[in-house]
Amino acid sequence: MEVLFLQLFNGISVSSILLLIALGLAITFGLMNVINMAHGELIMIGAYSTYVTQNIFMDLFPESMFGWYFVLAIPVSFLIAFVIGLILEFTLIRFLYGRPLDSLLATWGVALVLQQLARTIFGAPNVGVTSPSWLNGGLTVLDGVVFPYKRLFIIALVAVTLFIMYLYIYRSNAGRRMRAVMQNRDMAACLGVSTRRVDALTFAIGSGIAGIAGCALTLLGPIGPSLGTYYIVDAFMVVVLGGVGKLIGTVFGALGIGVTSTVFEFWTTASLGKVLVFVCIVAFLQWRPRGLVAMRTRQLDS
Amino acid sequence: MQLRTLTPQRIYILIGYAVAATALFCAPLYLNDFRLNLLAKFLAFAIVALGLDLIWGYTGILSLGHGVFFGLGAYAMAMYLKLEASGGRLPDFMEWSGLASLPLFWKPFESFGFAVAAGLLIPALLALFLGYFTFRNRIKGVYFTILTQALVIITTTLFIGQQALTGGTNGLTGFSTLFGTPLAGEGMKHTLYYVTAVLLIAAFVLCRFIVKSRFGKVLRAVRDGENRARFIGYNPAVYQMVVFSISGALAGLAGMLFVLHVGIISPSMMGIVPSIEMVLWVAIGGRGTLVGAALGAILMNAAKSVFSENYPDAWLFFLGLLFVIVVVFLPKGLVGLFSRITFRKREESEEHEAAAAISHPAVRAGNG
Amino acid sequence: MKQRQQSAILQCEQVTVEFDGFKAVQGMNLHLEQGELRFLIGPNGAGKTTILDVICGKVKPASGKVVFKGEVDITRKKEHQIAELGIGRKFQTPSIFPTMTVFENLEIAMSQNRGVFAALRAKMTQADRERIIAQMVMIGLERKADWRAGLLSHGEKQWLEIGMMLLQEPEILLLDEPVAGMTDKETDKTGELLHEIAKSRSVVVVEHDMEFVRNFASKVTVMHEGKLLKEGSMEEVQGDDRVAEVYLGKRRDADVSRSTA
Repeated sequence: MEVLFLQLFNGISVSSILLLIALGLAITFGLMNVINMAHGELIMIGAYSTYVTQNIFMDLFPESMFGWYFVLAIPVSFLIAFVIGLILEFTLIRFLYGRPLDSLLATWGVALVLQQLARTIFGAPNVGVTSPSWLNGGLTVLDGVVFPYKRLFIIALVAVTLFIMYLYIYRSNAGRRMRAVMQNRDMAACLGVSTRRVDALTFAIGSGIAGIAGCALTLLGPIGPSLGTYYIVDAFMVVVLGGVGKLIGTVFGALGIGVTSTVFEFWTTASLGKVLVFVCIVAFLQWRPRGLVAMRTRQLDS
Repeated sequence: MQLRTLTPQRIYILIGYAVAATALFCAPLYLNDFRLNLLAKFLAFAIVALGLDLIWGYTGILSLGHGVFFGLGAYAMAMYLKLEASGGRLPDFMEWSGLASLPLFWKPFESFGFAVAAGLLIPALLALFLGYFTFRNRIKGVYFTILTQALVIITTTLFIGQQALTGGTNGLTGFSTLFGTPLAGEGMKHTLYYVTAVLLIAAFVLCRFIVKSRFGKVLRAVRDGENRARFIGYNPAVYQMVVFSISGALAGLAGMLFVLHVGIISPSMMGIVPSIEMVLWVAIGGRGTLVGAALGAILMNAAKSVFSENYPDAWLFFLGLLFVIVVVFLPKGLVGLFSRITFRKREESEEHEAAAAISHPAVRAGNG
Repeated sequence: MKQRQQSAILQCEQVTVEFDGFKAVQGMNLHLEQGELRFLIGPNGAGKTTILDVICGKVKPASGKVVFKGEVDITRKKEHQIAELGIGRKFQTPSIFPTMTVFENLEIAMSQNRGVFAALRAKMTQADRERIIAQMVMIGLERKADWRAGLLSHGEKQWLEIGMMLLQEPEILLLDEPVAGMTDKETDKTGELLHEIAKSRSVVVVEHDMEFVRNFASKVTVMHEGKLLKEGSMEEVQGDDRVAEVYLGKRRDADVSRSTA
């Protein structure tokens, strides 16, 4: 019973982290068809932003305030990643629309540069971020079953992010313009939507969410310049499994991978578990090559 | 175009090949042992690049999984060498991991013939297997690329995780001899160099044959318009599987040679970064031309060994920027740049059309 | 009925196609005789292209079946299998292989063993070369053999594609608006090509251009909202009230837009 609870919680917790990382990708890859391999580095930037915010609090503010740094770190991480995403879109990505494989290679180059930059600024070794004290400890559900607050916090953070994104994409004017451009660029342009602006904004929002993910990852352990590379492929698998074009697919993709990998790793070893998850994904794609939730149109070849 | 007359251009190309072959075979005369060994390693890399160009440049499918095929070939050879070095005893790392006897699947690697066959066939079969489950369902473009990258991750985690069977993070090293002759000896080094040079030329000839055959034309047709090829009666999936498999086998061959020259293989040499670097060699040299791919591999690695020794930090910046610049501004790589300078008279638009089609395979494939 | 089935090279029976609940084609029947030239007309959204898609395997019907030569059920076959059986398809937008030369485009389209190993061993024989050259002469591209196909004009691309189809030697040729976007001169030339083609094989042509259709004395099938509306000669079809209502009424608009285009 305890084991079941714990595994279920672990599965959801892993899923929530995967989801947070994949959400930004779901936007840049799913909606814009840009394969941003530097997404992991935007996560890394978010993590270092949190690290810097923490240091500033330590140096400038009284100790009693320290616990609050994390609350500020979330928007700071978002903003910094957002701005860097904007710069990236303006200088590089816009030349690569419609060339997904090339965007993959070029952004990988960007990822290398950003990693090296982080190494130059912060040094190669990992740095630790002290979690605020109010996130230590956990919620005791049953005897011997404790849900750490940090994990619960991440789950809540993902839920809130997802909700805000839902409101933005499906309920706001800006979101409507975004969907219009992504579904029919020429038509949207004819109707007076500035596609350049929408592209830039969409990419930047995707990047900003990567920043939030990076901020959340500081709760789970030390961070380093190559932080992003550990997560990037998993995140892409989530999007591929979930299907392109709709947020709900990404949610299911993350849950699917998160829960199955937790189960497999519990039954076997960590490395075998990964193999089994991959086999499951390939098997699943045999059945639905376009992922869980695919947008269907009459144009079967789009 | 069908007539095989000796136009001046053809003569230049033939002279070029002759010079390259001569330079290759005379290298031991003017390079010291250290440099010769490096060159031999680069030649092995050039074989990977040729295979990668077949699948990417000619068929329009980007594989980021060639590190795995390379690694599997390398491990096959390394297992043979390790067993020979252990001289009938249990390999050292297995003892340290507490294994009592040699695992069953290691046993056949006592035979050199088996090791070589495995080094070619295992990558080829893995590629065929992955290709079967993806191309058949028209999982292609970016999706395929991401799956190959996932393949890299799981293979490396598996190799690291199974410490007792694979040597874990350290990989396999500590080889001594091949057929009883020390690997480090000068004679052996020269022989291995010549073997690699000959195999590179053989791989080049094979790839050229494939590319020039009607098979190669169908590959380009699949790249230009997969559905169109389907409607004139070709089954693109089969062509893609076969070429992916050949490409994997070439990477395996390169891996075997690599181990002989370098004397070590570890999971980090088959990981994400080496896999994507392989793609960069082809991109820089010029995808869609065999000479470009091979030269790209040799030049890039030469540059790497010069720069990364002296300025390791700057090298990564440089590598990253190079990636961006080549992809955005030089979609046809150095060969494209070179031919643009030499054959200026050719219509610009022609160059454009080809470059556009090569750099948009995924887009083109979508058009019925 | 039996007599008819024997001579029919293609039969579509009660074919229904659904796209997410929307029925693009509903219970469509189409019988094509050996050597027949058939025009498929109808307003936009009538399901003309969709029925071609079903025949060549691009779209799988929800119900109904397609039988080739009275015996081979091709409803569930893959595109390349159907193509190999002898059904060629030309799409509305010219789809040739842009980075390959005109000659190479024709070379791979030429009827031959489509297997991987056959393609590896294939040699260009003198007979093959003559065939391709003859085809290039027929489509008027013999002087552009070495051109990259991507550089051809729109009309030339269409002809190249028709040439590719012909070298493929299909028994049935499915053409989707072969003269769309062509100049009058190009249209005339395409008409000549079509006359030539129809001599030796069965052809189904989807067409909007009524002037073009009138040049051929052949059977016309009118589709409307996914169903068969009327089948007969051009005169019969034009005399039909329902056709005039759904189609010819709109034709005048179409003509206006054509002349201003």
